[in-house]
Amino acid sequence: MLYLRLFWEFFKTGMFAVGGGMATIPFLYNMADATGWFTRNDIANMIAVGESTPGPIGVNMATYVGYVTGGSVGGVPAAVLGAAVATLGLVTPSIIIILIIASFLKSFRNNRYVESAFYGLRPASTGLIAAAGLSVVVSNLFFAETLDQGFSLAFFNWKGWILAAVLWTLTNKVKQTKGLHPILFILASAVAGVVFSM
Amino acid sequence: MSELFQLYILFFRMGAVTFGGGYAMLPILRREIIESRRWMDEETVMDYYALSQGLPGIIAVNTATFIGQKCRGVAGGILATLGVVFPSLIIISLLAGVITAFSHLAWVQHAFGGVRVCVCILILNAVVKLYKKAVIDGPTLLVFLAVALGSYLTPLSPVLFVLAAAVVGIALKNMGVKK
Repeated sequence: MLYLRLFWEFFKTGMFAVGGGMATIPFLYNMADATGWFTRNDIANMIAVGESTPGPIGVNMATYVGYVTGGSVGGVPAAVLGAAVATLGLVTPSIIIILIIASFLKSFRNNRYVESAFYGLRPASTGLIAAAGLSVVVSNLFFAETLDQGFSLAFFNWKGWILAAVLWTLTNKVKQTKGLHPILFILASAVAGVVFSM
Repeated sequence: MSELFQLYILFFRMGAVTFGGGYAMLPILRREIIESRRWMDEETVMDYYALSQGLPGIIAVNTATFIGQKCRGVAGGILATLGVVFPSLIIISLLAGVITAFSHLAWVQHAFGGVRVCVCILILNAVVKLYKKAVIDGPTLLVFLAVALGSYLTPLSPVLFVLAAAVVGIALKNMGVKK
């Protein structure tokens, strides 16, 4: 049944996504491929909505996915139920893990096996997010469908590359803007998208 | 009961007003939990926050569960967690309906076209930041490359990569070669 599957998919995400909100993105890609609930293209929109609304990004994205998935089988009540189920699935592992380790916190933190597991987990989690990021770049900065007529300059989303270069500079190089909240860059990009028909 | 309810409301407010999750929570945690209510001292909150970043799951959710259970036991942990996620549920449900209703409009599609480019850069920035902390030597660089390529090129579940990386981490650090 759909809601059980939804809970289970997000339970796995909450259990294995190490490194916060962004670390859930690779799981969303895997979910899109495995379940067909939503497309890879939808994920970039979900990330943007998750970043631009109050609350933790990972929770927002889970809620959004749940809403869309629930909504595909019924009206608004089914969608809201889906949102609730996905969110509960995501947080249940946190509750279980933390209630268990809170009772022997000191020994957990200093355990050499736990420490050494994280030595491998951190670069792996970064690698997963990098792969997901690459997917987002490939689907948004290139027009793969133009390759059907052979390679041409139409393959490059040149407006997108210009905007990306501007955003990269503003978020990394310009002292006055690099500390600003991501939501401002998202809003500015939405305006740029409308103005330049992206 | 009233203290549990207070805990729920406190984390509900945190979920409702913080943009960006974990990091944005800290100033509010400091003001509400340490300074005005004196439920915990600063050091404990920072310890929990640091540990929450390392554990699986959403950082803000982990922090809420830790603080809730420290203050009021298991029920406190559960209620604080439900509190921090509930605003997302309301806001996203409202917003998702609106987006679906307007998504066929050309200008909305153009806006999202721009936004998706921004998402590329946000992820790139996040990866660079994480990379600096995670890739500290040769073995971690190898793990990073293997997982990034493996995950991009194969349909394997991220769960497998995470489990394998934990095993590799333990093996590398404990096989006696290094120490």
